[in-house]
Formats: sequence, structure tokens, C-alpha cells
Amino acid sequence: MTNPLTDVKNADVIFVTGSNTTEAHPVLGSYVRQAKEKGKKLIVADPIKIPLAEIADVFLQIKPGTSLALSHGMLHIIFAEGLDDKAYIEQNTQGVEELKELVKKYTPEYTAEICGVEKADIIKAARMYAGASVSSILYCMGITQQVNGVNNVYGLSNLALASGNLGKPGSGVNPLRGQNNVQGACDMGALPDVFTAYRKVTDHNARKSFEDAWGVKLSGETGLTATEAIPAALEDKIKMFHIIGENPAVSDADSNHVKKALKKAFVVVQDIFLTETAEFADVVLPAACFAEKDGTFTNSERRVQRVRQAVAAKGQTDWQIIMQLMNLLGYKCHYDQAEDIFTEMRALTPSYAGITYGRIEENNGLCWPCPNEDHPGTPILHIEKPLKGKAEFKAVEWQPAQESLKTEYPVLLTTNRIQHHYHTRTMTAKTKAIDEYYPDCYVQINPADAATWNIANGEFVEIVSARGTVKVKAQIADSIKKGTASMPFHWPDGANVLTCAAELDPISKVPGLKLVGVSLRKI
Amino acid sequence: MRDVKSGCTRVLVCAGTCCVSGKAFVIIENFEKELAAAGILDIKVVKTGCFGLCSEGPIVLTQPDDYFYAKVSPQDVKEIVEEHFMQGRPVQRLLYKDASNGEALSLLEADFYKKQHKVALARCGVIDPEKIDDFIEQDGFKALEKALLTMTPGQVVEEIKNSGLRGRGGAGFPSGKKWEFTKNAAGEKKYVVCNGDEGDPGAFMDESILEGDPLSVVEAMAIAGYAIGANEGYIYVRAEYPLAIHRLKIALAQAKERGFLGKNILNSGFDFELSIRYGAGAFVCGEETALISSIEGRKGTPQLRPPYPAVKGLFGCPTLINNVETYANIGKIIMMGAEWFKAMGTAGSPGTKVFALAGNVKNIGLVEVPMGITLREIVYDIGQGIPDGRSFKAAQTGGPSGGCIPIEYIDTPIDYESLGEIGSMMGSGGLIVMDDSKCMVGIAKFFMQFMVEESCGKCAPCRLGLVRIYEALARITDGNGTMEDLQELEELAEMVSSLSFCALGQSAPNPLKTTLRYFKDEYLAHINEKRCPAGECEKLLNYEITSLCIGCRKCLKACPAAAIIGKVKEQHVIDKTKCIKCGACIESCAVKAIIRA
Amino acid sequence: MINIYINGQQRSILPGKTILEACKESGIHIPTFCYDERLKPEGSCRICVVELEDSHKLLPACTTEIAPEMRIATHSPLVMRMRKHLLEIMLSNHDISCLKCERAGNCLLQDYAYEYDVDIEKYRGRTRESAYLAENKFFELDQSKCISCGKCARICSQLQGNNVWAISNRGFETEVSTPFGIDMEEAGCVHCGNCVSICPVGALKPKKEHKFRAWEINEIQTTCSYCGVGCQMYLQVKDDKVVGVKPAYGKSNEGLLCVKGKFAFDFINHPQRLTTPLLRLADGELHSVSWEEALQLIADKTQEIKNTYGADAIMGLSSARVTNEENYLFMKYMRAVIGTNNLDHCARL
Repeated sequence: MTNPLTDVKNADVIFVTGSNTTEAHPVLGSYVRQAKEKGKKLIVADPIKIPLAEIADVFLQIKPGTSLALSHGMLHIIFAEGLDDKAYIEQNTQGVEELKELVKKYTPEYTAEICGVEKADIIKAARMYAGASVSSILYCMGITQQVNGVNNVYGLSNLALASGNLGKPGSGVNPLRGQNNVQGACDMGALPDVFTAYRKVTDHNARKSFEDAWGVKLSGETGLTATEAIPAALEDKIKMFHIIGENPAVSDADSNHVKKALKKAFVVVQDIFLTETAEFADVVLPAACFAEKDGTFTNSERRVQRVRQAVAAKGQTDWQIIMQLMNLLGYKCHYDQAEDIFTEMRALTPSYAGITYGRIEENNGLCWPCPNEDHPGTPILHIEKPLKGKAEFKAVEWQPAQESLKTEYPVLLTTNRIQHHYHTRTMTAKTKAIDEYYPDCYVQINPADAATWNIANGEFVEIVSARGTVKVKAQIADSIKKGTASMPFHWPDGANVLTCAAELDPISKVPGLKLVGVSLRKI
Repeated sequence: MRDVKSGCTRVLVCAGTCCVSGKAFVIIENFEKELAAAGILDIKVVKTGCFGLCSEGPIVLTQPDDYFYAKVSPQDVKEIVEEHFMQGRPVQRLLYKDASNGEALSLLEADFYKKQHKVALARCGVIDPEKIDDFIEQDGFKALEKALLTMTPGQVVEEIKNSGLRGRGGAGFPSGKKWEFTKNAAGEKKYVVCNGDEGDPGAFMDESILEGDPLSVVEAMAIAGYAIGANEGYIYVRAEYPLAIHRLKIALAQAKERGFLGKNILNSGFDFELSIRYGAGAFVCGEETALISSIEGRKGTPQLRPPYPAVKGLFGCPTLINNVETYANIGKIIMMGAEWFKAMGTAGSPGTKVFALAGNVKNIGLVEVPMGITLREIVYDIGQGIPDGRSFKAAQTGGPSGGCIPIEYIDTPIDYESLGEIGSMMGSGGLIVMDDSKCMVGIAKFFMQFMVEESCGKCAPCRLGLVRIYEALARITDGNGTMEDLQELEELAEMVSSLSFCALGQSAPNPLKTTLRYFKDEYLAHINEKRCPAGECEKLLNYEITSLCIGCRKCLKACPAAAIIGKVKEQHVIDKTKCIKCGACIESCAVKAIIRA
Repeated sequence: MINIYINGQQRSILPGKTILEACKESGIHIPTFCYDERLKPEGSCRICVVELEDSHKLLPACTTEIAPEMRIATHSPLVMRMRKHLLEIMLSNHDISCLKCERAGNCLLQDYAYEYDVDIEKYRGRTRESAYLAENKFFELDQSKCISCGKCARICSQLQGNNVWAISNRGFETEVSTPFGIDMEEAGCVHCGNCVSICPVGALKPKKEHKFRAWEINEIQTTCSYCGVGCQMYLQVKDDKVVGVKPAYGKSNEGLLCVKGKFAFDFINHPQRLTTPLLRLADGELHSVSWEEALQLIADKTQEIKNTYGADAIMGLSSARVTNEENYLFMKYMRAVIGTNNLDHCARL
């Protein structure tokens, strides 16, 4: 996120899109409600009528996969009505002319047709967003888990740049990180192409500094992403998976093909429970959970916060396990405590260089970039001007996803999360009350569709996609747009049996989990 | 046309709530019927607001010959028409008469009216409140015209400020200051609110104004809107006042139709809209912040001040909120000027005040008197003293949370400060007179019960403390009180007064505090001697059969508890351990041999 | 800055602050029930009254702004007496079964009753009888313990934004309920438990599996392990088990938690937790083995695959769930020890 979570309360207008904030980030969802209560304006664009839509000033129930078109449509109005921040554009951006040219054709009529919403609402949203003195965008997986996810993000950053909503309190383009330490895992370089602080493995200088510190020669070739590794395993290119605290057998797209890949390879799993993925493992190592170890997590707003051991570990901490394997494989090293690793890491990580356990304690968490120990941290990015010089407008044409065009699978299924469950339920289902409230998977459908398909509330339905078939109970819900359906992704043998892993965003390699062509019938 | 022998051209029938309950509407109908049947076309029947002397209602007044009929029933109408109107012979038996010499009196000759001075009630009982032309004829809307066309908003505020008018709802805050604060408060949208949530038991000052002269409030609110810069107003009136609501609705419709409300009033460019909101009967909604919450659709509980409504009131906007009687003074002040107003009343409390006179006093009703008049004048001159040969014990002013004033202070002038000094308050104008048959502990308990029921429950001292006070008082009146209870009462009274959130809670212990202060001996008698000096507390009474008993057995048979024993023709005896003190024996005794003490 | 005097001591305080804030700044403790710095001041419990020395007026500290040269007595005899009586009437309508109360040892009413040396049974009389019961699978409301401070309703409406609780009825019968007494879920309850966390007494209490007393536990501040908000929380530990969670005031959560942070901690002690390494043997089943055996086998297998197919035949999947330190070390392991950049985690999912 460019801005802190609480900063959303400083916005005059909040634009929430592709995020069911009150369900997936409940405390942030409360901040949005607080802002609304104080008279701030709220725009929601989502295929589902999420709880925040109930209190929104404008709600655009867009068809899944049409976010980029909506952004273009809003920009069309912003440029046409002169609502753009010309001074900001002039000083801080490039490529505006190309974008202006592109969005000319995204008239309200044209956009409304693509998105399946009223054109008046698009105009209202555009005026509201760009007309306010400061507006914030919150987005999440509904934007990114699309085959054109990166382009969707470009669309939103175009909006923020065009209206000068960057680098000041209450503004920003704020992706909400789904998991407690996604931000940290990325910062730490748990990615195929970068070291810590996003220094490219292909960058000679970056590689050199890690080689010097670690005393070994390093590969300069970008590795495989998780989504690429699965098919690679099926092709025998990947022979072994070493998995820490992940459950791809449930969480990844096209579960059936994930399971096939796991069966083929040698699989090591470090986890706290025997997960659906661990069932495929050759070796399972019991790991310590968050309450059993020390360390740090970095939250969505880039704030590094402490994790502290409260109880004795049931297994071993993941770092202790890895340290032993390093030694067994001939790389001699020793750390007494997590803090030793942090100290080594920050010496190689400019954005974390000024953060220490002591300073985290004193400051109740610190936001990176924090280049030295006198630096107060950076809650808001891009103040005064974009970090990397002039920000670029990206003029990319909207295109429909292949999944939405299959006549044999006419219903557009999207996936969602519910507040009580977390990810693959590994942890939350262990709380009896949660399991009792939400024991089973289900699919939500529109009442009119339910009538057409002759489905009553609570009846079992069969959902078929090109990847597989699931059987779940139907819930009839007004919140679902006609012609679409939504299914929580938490359960095994659920949504991800249907999702497609073959079509990925060309840049992020993210599959289109939020848009699956399915057919649906009563059993 | 028939020859009319009397000098009567108008017959005024009081149609205030009291007289309506005495069938005033039927009386009006009968007059119209009888006059038509008699072919009399030049006598107009006017349905008016309250005359004030409610104990004598239904009241009928003839004009200009000025006869004052009291306690008229629908059957009497025919006789009045035939005898008085057609034959010129007023019906003597129905005329209001002087208590001392039996002489028939005109309205203004009656003692009840002699010391009164009508400002707020000036048009009540004079005009037909459902006819805007009656109002206009009596100088209605002249003040609005003067304000809009000849004065600046600042001048209007200045005039009200100079008049020294103080809020008639209870607290007595200088009205002009409120107007000034609201005028000066920043905000595009402002509101004018009228507090018509008159919740004191027995009070009907505001009700009578709304029923008798609703347009005076409408006119005043429009003037206020002009002065402070508001284009919208609300009249908050309790739903228990259906007649007032009915007449207000007519008033609003007529004012709108004639252009005294709406756009561009009197071509001045000033717009003003008024609407009515109904209270659901909570006493606390008379508190201004609770009232505002209620209009906003929330639970009526008092809100934190500051910010005061003048700065942040209805829907968060600056809001002027005055009560009905306060508004009823505005038109006169604008027309006659601040100096005229200040000439009435006292220096600190100028003008008049309307009281609802009730309790053990001969004349019960609505009175408007200049401030500074003494309690004695109200009770003995206007009220004509205590009936049934009893004597004055105390007067309670200020509604249920006012104080009880003993005879020592009967010459206290009625103004805000003087009443406060003796532990009572002006309140909205309730005035209950109590004679020597009233138990002051019982009185405190009675008011405390009311306050317990009306506490909104927001703050802990009022929510919990009042119940504990009531319970301790109940123990005392039941004969179970101890000196510890007395000690607790003193402590609780102090705590509830000094810790409560709003004025309702802070003043709630007043009846307790004043009775403890002025009638402590009664408390002590209840506690130490298990005796109620006034003979009111049932559980402390003892029944005894005296030697007058003839042994008729009637009481023995009447006693539901079989507590009376005795042989025929011998004096009976009451077994005190069995007696439930129901009083059935006394009622059954033909020779008055049973006494209660 | 304005000059005021608290208990005779001169203090310089920023204008606009309340008496309560000024006292807090000056290290003077004032009792409160209905106050919470995150909520709009309500001023309804009245326990925080202080005395103005000049006028002897009693004013609530939480809602009264300081004024220049104000002389405040926070613990004068009058103040102490009034607070004591107020506590005594509160206790007169409170189920004083403290021995078996959930909150014994961690209850404001109990603390103040002790501090102000109250006569617990001084005031006798009726107690509020409530027919309304509220509960869900996570927590319940015990009306006999409720002091009507209203913080549950205010945190739900002002901070959480769900408006589940209402203050219903009037006067002595005032009580907390859902609107018209409907089911909590129907009223919009999402089980966040923020009302439970803010309750100063034993009225709103979690349905717990493990009972504990306030003095039996340690509280350790940590970061919630669920979503990316990074809420700060205290893990409550008794006998080396996490038995409860209490929100902490972090910069990203401002003292709030959601249902998962507050209640979904049972997994930590869950019997299904893995405790020994497992190895798939020839029978196709997983069997317990020693740590040495398991680690050696992984090392051997890793070396073997690397030797046979090259380092790039190995894929590491790190985790968005584990710490930065662990991610860093695994990254180092994959790159420096195994020698591949085949490393990812579930950021995309």
C-alpha cells in the first residue's frame, strides 16, 4: 500500500474495487465504515453486492473481468470534463496523451455496455472520485486475480495519477495484502526474480552483493513461479517441491492438476497440520506456529511488526529446520535466534536497513523504506513526487478474458472469501464455533437465475468447468449479479477444482481465479 | 328574521381540552342548531381556546353584552337561546357568581381574572383558533410584517435581547442570547425548533396556547427564522395533544395558503417552512438535546453540551430552540417594543408567566400573571384560597422536579431567582397547592415515582439513584423506615443532584430535598412514631372503634379480613394484627363510630 | 498551553483537552466506566467526576474541557464520597457473585469497589429483571452483570460499524439488546468480539474452553497471523497454552480485532497439530520418524536430485504465513545452498 491503513479515514472519497473489505480485511472494513459515518463518500465497483455496497454512494455492479474498462470509462469523463489534475500530470507523469487517445472510445455508453452497469453511475463515480480534494483507492484480489490483472492495476493507477491522488494523506493506490506476511515474503525475495528489497537476480551488482555476503556464486537466471512450476512438474522438469506453510492442493487454481504434479515429484512439506498438500508429501516436518516463535511480519502498509513467542513450540521453527538443512548440505551457518537472521538480512536490504527489533518495539512498528537507524520510516509513499521519477500512464486496451467467451460455460463464476474462514481453513476450522457456523462450501446465485434454472435455496447443484466438476449447495442471494455466481474458495474440492491454471496474466503469472466460465445445473 | 332582544352578536364557547371533555363541541353544535331553528342569523358562534378558569367549565361567554356562563351543559343551550337571546333574559342559574355575595359577574370582574395580565394568552378565548382571519383581525402577522419589512435580522435579535425575555420552558435562559448565538453560529443551514413537549403532570400552558392561538407560535417562529437565518422549522408537540395538533395543522395550512409561510413571505424574499413532529410521551424529551435526538429519529436521550444546539443542534446544524410560551411572547415584543415588555414583571424576570393552577385551591385553571407576584396572591386572590375549610400547607412549583414551598415562604415573589433560592424552581409553570391533609413524605414519594418512570436511563445516578430514593421513601411511608433510611435519602439526594447528566436528573430530587428541609418533622414522625401526621399513609393508620358503637355488626360483616370482633349491641373491637387498613369498616358504619388516626 | 492546577499542582496543558486527558497526562488516575479514548465521550457513568475547588461544583472529567486557571480536585472528600455512593448504587443492581465471575480480578467495578472501600450491600431494593438474553457461539451477555455503560453499543456503531447493539428500554429497565431483541446474526453481528473486549465488567464474556483467572495468565503482545492488516494482540497464556486473545493498540488496528483474531486461536493447542516428522514408507503411508532421520533424508534426496537433474529441478515454495526471518533464510537456502531461483510463495493466490 502507498498509504497506511488508518489513512483511509483521511480520504474524502474512497473507491473500493475488487475487495470485499469487511470480509477479507475486517478491521480495515471498519475504517471505511467509520469514514462513511463521518460523511465521507464511498464508491464500490464489484461483481458482488458486498456489504460496503449497501452504504456506498455509488455502487457499480460490474461484470467480472471488466475493471480496466471501468477505469478507462471513468478517465474518459475525467479528461472530457477537465477534472484531471493538470499540474500533477505535467510535473510527475508521462504518457498522458496516449492514454487520452485510448480512452476517447470508452464513452459512458460503451463502458456501460462492457461492464453491465448504468452509464449515469459511471459518470457519477468519475466525478466523485476526481472531483474530491483527496481520494483513495483500495483494491484486492478481484483486481489482481484476473488474466489481465496487471492491466487492471494500471487502470487504477492511471486514475490516481490523472487526478493527482498520490503521495498525500488520504490518497493512494492501495492493494490489500491477503495474508499476514505476503508483503514480507515479497520484501524478503521469496520470488523467482528478486532478492530482498526487489533487487533483480539478473542485476549483476545486486547478485554481487549477495554473493559477497553469502560467500557463494549465485544463479542469474530468473526462476519459475509457483504457477509455472506445477505444469513444469507434470513435464518432469521439476522433480522436487520443498513447501513451507502453503497448501497449494486447495489454494491453487485447477486443484486436480496441482495434485497430479505433487504426486509426481518428491515433496517436502513443513507445516503445522497435515494439510491436503501434506497428504501428498514424502516427508512432513512439524513446524512451529506464530505463537511459538519470534520474528517479524510486514503488514499490508509495509509496517514491520514483531511476532513474539508465547508458548513452547510443538515442532521446530521453520528457520531452525532450514538452518539444519543448510548445514547438512554443507553450508555451515549458525543463528542463535531469529533476531540474528534479521540483522543479517537488513544489512543486505536497503529498505529495511534502519529497522531493528529495538526500534520496532519503541515505535510500535516501522514502515519501510527505512534506510538508516535515524529514519522514522515511511508510512506514505510517493510524497511530493513518485519514487521512481516520472510515473508512467499505461494505455492498454481492455480485452475480455477467454473464460468469459465460452458458450458451453455461460455462467461467470467468481471466487470470494468469508470473514470467519481464513484461506484453506487449516487454522480457522479448528475453532469449533467457526466450523459450526460455516461447515460446508456453497455457491451463491442470483434469484432470477435460480428461478430460470429451477433451483431452490439449499438444493445441491453441479458446477462444471473445463477443469472439473463440483457439487455444492446453492444459496440464492440478491447480492449476486444475474448471469454470475460466486463461491468461497476456502474448501477443498471446491472452487479451485473449477479454476483455470492455464491462462495466466502475462506479467504477474497470476491465474484468473476471479473469473471462471462454468455451467450450473440442479442435481 | 326574528327579533333579538339581547345585545348579543357573538357567543364564545371555550373549546380547550377541559371544556371539550365537558362536551363543548356538542354545546357549539346545539347553539348552531337552536339559533338556526329560531331563525337567528346575526349571532355568530365562536369556538375559542381556553379561558383559563377550568374548574368552572364548560364556559360560554356572550359579547358584547358580556354575560359569563359557567358549567354549561348541552341541554342548557336551548334555554340560553330562548330566554337570553330571544327574550333578553339571561339565564340566572347558569351565570358565574361571586362566591361572597352571589352576584353575577362578568368575565373581567371575576376574582380569577382580576390580577391576571394576558400577553401570551391574549388571544386565547378570544379568537376562533381555526380561523386565520380571526387571528389577523387581532393584529396577527403584524409583527412578522414589521420584522420582515422594516427591521434587519440584527435589529430583531436586539429587540428580543433588550426585552429581557427568558425561556419559559424551565431554565429561564435569556432568549435573546440564544437567538444571538444561533444567528452568529457558522452554518449554511439552520433550524428553528419549538419545544411543545409539555410533560409536567397537570401542566397545560403550552397545550392551551397551541389550542387557543396556534398562529402566534407560527408567526414567532417565522420571525425567529428571519432573525437567525433559518428557512426551516419544526414544532415538536406531544402526541397526547390531539386537539393542539389538529389546530396546528389547520394553522400551518392556512398560513401557507395566505403566504405567511412558504416562499417569499410578504414579498420580502424570505422563505420559511414549518412542519410538525410528534413526541411519544417521554418527559425527558422536553430537554432540548433529547428533543433534538427525537426529531432526528433517535432515542430521546439528552446529549452532551457543549456543543449547544445554537452551535450544533438538529442534524448537526445551528438550531434555535424555544418553548411554546416563549414564542407566544415574541409577536407582542416586536409590536410593542422591549420597553413595554420590561415594564411588566421584575427587573431580572420581566414579562408575565402562565401557570397551571391546580390542587387544593378553589379556582383551578390557567393563569397568566406578571412576574414578581407573590404566591399568596395567586393562591388567595386568583385561586380564592383553600376549599373545604382546610389550610394551606405547601405549594409545589416547577413541575415534578420542582420544590415544595411551605407557608413561611408564601410571600416569596414568583421569579426565577427567588424560587431557586428557596429550593424550588420556575419550571414550565406547574403550580400545585396542597392543603393540610397532604402528607409531605407521600408527596415526595409521588413525585419520585413519576421521575423514576420518566428517567431515560442514560446516566447511572438518575437511573439507579431515583429508584433507591423511591424505595427508601416507600419504606418510610409503610412504617418500615429507619434513621439510616433518612441518612441514605440525604446522601442519595445530594448524589443524584450533583452527578446526574441532565437537568431532569439534577432537579429530580428537589421534592425530596425541599420536604426534607421544610417538613423534616413529618419524616421523623413516620420513622420514630410510625405515625403519619396528615393521616394519609394507609399503612400507618390505625382504626379504632369508639364508644359511639351501637354494636350493629355492620362493620364486622364488611371487614374482609375478619379483624372485627364483638357481640350484638356491644362495642366492637378491631384486632390490629389482622386489620389490613382497607377502610371498609368506616364506610359501613352508620354512626361514625370508627376513627382513623 | 494553558495553566491549570490539579490537586494544587500547577500543570501546563494544551487547550482543548478534557480534564480527564489532562489528568492522564499528569499521571493522575481517574476512575472511568463509559470512557474509551477511541469513542466519542458519552459522560453517562459519572464516576469520573472531579471537583472545581472554587465553586465546589462536580463535573465529569471525561467531557469537560479544561479552562485557564481551573483548579481541579480529583480526590477531594466530596469527590470520594460521591464516587463511593455511586459505586454503592451501581452494586445495588449488580449480581455480586464475584467468586464465580468470569472477570474476577479483572473487573473495573470490583477494582473501584475495593479502591473506594464501598459498603457492598448498603442500598437494598429491586434489581433489574431482564428477559432478554443475547448469545452466539462465541460469546454471551449476562444482564445481571451489566452496568449499562454502553461501550459495547458504541464500539459496535462508532468503530466496528455494525450497529448490532442498542440501548433499549428506559430508566431503571435500561438494558443492552439487539434492536427489538432480534437474533444477533440478524442484527448484523459478525462475531468480531470487540464488544466483549471493551466490556469493563463480566457482562459480555467469551464462551471459553479453558477457564482462567486474570492472575493466572501471562499476556504476550504479538501480531495476528491472519490477514494483511497486521493487528496487534495479546496472547493470553496459562500453563503454556494460549487460552485467550485480547486486542492491543497497534497502529494499524487501533485496538480492534476481527472474529479470527479474537476467537480463532484454538488451532494452536489443537490435538491434530503435527509433533513429529513423518516419512512416507514403502507401504505408501506416513510414519513418525526422528528429526535426525527426516532431515538427513531430505538433505540426501535434495543432493541426489540436484546432482542428477540440476538445481533447477528443485522448486521452493516459501510462505506468506511465516516470518520475514524464515522467508529470508529459505530464500538464502534455495539460492545459496541449492543454487536455484525457483522460489515463489502464494502472493498470487
